[in-house]
Amino acid sequence: MLGTGLLKGLAVTAKNFVGSFHDPKRYTTVEYPEQPTKLPENYRNFPFLVFDGEQPIDGLRCVACKICEAECPPQCIYIIPDRDEKGRPTKKPKVFDLDVSVCMSCQICVEVCPFDAIKMDQHFEIATADRFNGLLLHREDLAKSDAYYHSIHPTEAAQVDEILAEAKRKAEAKAKPAAPAAPAAVKPPEPPAPAV
Amino acid sequence: MSPAVWFGEVGASLLAMDWTPAIASKLAPTVFPTGQTESAFAERLPLLLRDAVTGSLPEPWRWLANSLIAIVAIIVIFASLFALLTLAERKILGRVQNRPGPNRTGWGGILQPLADGIKMLTKEDIVPAAADRLLHFLAPVVLLALSIVTFAVIPYGRHLVPVELDAAVLYFFAAGAATELAIFMAGWASRNKYSLLAAMRALAQLISYELPLLLAFVPVVMLAGSLATTGIVAAQGGWLGGVLPHWHVLTPPGFAGFVIFMIAALAESNRSPFDLPEAESELIAGHLTEYSGFKYALFFMAEYLGMCALSGMAVTLFLGGWHAPLAALEFIPSYVWFAVKLLALLLGFIWIRATFPRLRIDQLTRLAWKFLVPLALINLLTGGFWVLTTHWTGGMLVVRWAIALVLVVGPFLALGRQFQARYAPRTYRYA
Ligand code: SF4
Ligand code: SF4
Repeated sequence: MLGTGLLKGLAVTAKNFVGSFHDPKRYTTVEYPEQPTKLPENYRNFPFLVFDGEQPIDGLRCVACKICEAECPPQCIYIIPDRDEKGRPTKKPKVFDLDVSVCMSCQICVEVCPFDAIKMDQHFEIATADRFNGLLLHREDLAKSDAYYHSIHPTEAAQVDEILAEAKRKAEAKAKPAAPAAPAAVKPPEPPAPAV
Repeated sequence: MSPAVWFGEVGASLLAMDWTPAIASKLAPTVFPTGQTESAFAERLPLLLRDAVTGSLPEPWRWLANSLIAIVAIIVIFASLFALLTLAERKILGRVQNRPGPNRTGWGGILQPLADGIKMLTKEDIVPAAADRLLHFLAPVVLLALSIVTFAVIPYGRHLVPVELDAAVLYFFAAGAATELAIFMAGWASRNKYSLLAAMRALAQLISYELPLLLAFVPVVMLAGSLATTGIVAAQGGWLGGVLPHWHVLTPPGFAGFVIFMIAALAESNRSPFDLPEAESELIAGHLTEYSGFKYALFFMAEYLGMCALSGMAVTLFLGGWHAPLAALEFIPSYVWFAVKLLALLLGFIWIRATFPRLRIDQLTRLAWKFLVPLALINLLTGGFWVLTTHWTGGMLVVRWAIALVLVVGPFLALGRQFQARYAPRTYRYA
């Protein structure tokens, strides 16, 4: 009958109107500055440096090997390794600058870092009045705790932890045979099972 | 006929009208026009307030002051209603689309109309170089003026009728129809192809929908036996057993008339889904394209005022005017009931806007000429039948209702089937 479609349409809009007051599935608006959304885990924008422990600068995992600086396609990382008074490298960066106005978020620095020291951040509210110094992040701005890393990329951080733990275990296992080498010679390990 | 000449004629006819009943009622504030005996204090409150202000003036000045107060009150009340309506419309549209609507200005967006107003007032007023400057300026003024004069004859309450005219309904629709002329003025004076196209559309729409609009309320006039709004409201007084009001919408011809009237009113006030003259996707902003700043705001205001006036007329003609729906609820002042009904209709307008997509121009005229006009004509017959059978009682009452219902539903079904034949049901395939 003519008109039933119109009534159906009116019912749909009425349902939406009422539903928007009590049904969060319908009313999906997030009022952003007041209500921050949880970003998806895989979101990334600019890199940051992970530190372990309490001290941001002392705890940095970065050893200033400069691999990331060399690999970064737009060359936005600038590193000066720290040296102690005798001139030996302390395996810490003295300067670690990252220009986020140049960075293209490619994540290559993260891929190449052998120490899992640099990871992608999710902090996007970086608007500033000074486009030169305001967008050039220094060592102090970049250092963020491992806990923060866990909070933004939980899955990835867990994997990284496993890899680091594995590496540590291997390092210890390597260090051990140096001292008690004899028992290992007495009892040779079982030959590996033949592959099936 | 040029708009200026036309406007002059309306002015002349306004002057020529018989104003004496209105003057008489204003001169004697203690005699109430409708002759009701009981009048609660709340009912008379607006009049008492007015008399408190003007009571000390000598006679001729008092009449003038009373009229001025009525005019100012109407403009203030409906201008603030306009402000609230724009906000309510945006809020409701937002909610229907599952978003909050404006909520940044003031408490939850309450001050949004104020912010809009300030913005409109501070915008530059641009007149195109090739435009007809005088008509370009006059169009919004005429439109708003015509929208406001229609408010004069609506009975807002038992004692609140600004002007009592014997042919108030005719006056109302004459002034209301003239608003489309102002839209044509705007379109022509802008010297812009989009504006002109919009103006042509507005005229086509006016001619198409004026007819069903006028035909739809004729049964009501027949039932009430009066063209005066007060007479029509008085005819709808009383209840059947204290619960069922004698509103015209509750009779078969009245109901059909109401539906046709509301559809035509949507078209007359250029509201969605009939907002072809300002179809944004096709004509930029239609006749508003070359208007900016305060003139634009006037157009906007006139559109909403026209909507309010037509809703007020629909309330008066079909929904019992200021009468309470139940006898037991009569203690609430009549103007409150009028306001409630008016707001309900306005919310209906917004609801419809939120639901339906815009019609094409051929669909628009087709709907008017092939569907609404025949239905309205048949409805005249139904109205005549209903008026002629008012004395039927008992078993004949059932026969009366049955025949009237057949007269209303039958043509609707038949015409609807024919109307739909080529177009519905449609299947949509997605690419
Ligand atoms: S972040 Fe990683 S790759 Fe870059 S300098 Fe530090 S340790 Fe080397
Ligand atoms: S994400 Fe890419 S561009 Fe940005 S610092 Fe790392 S390597 Fe350079």
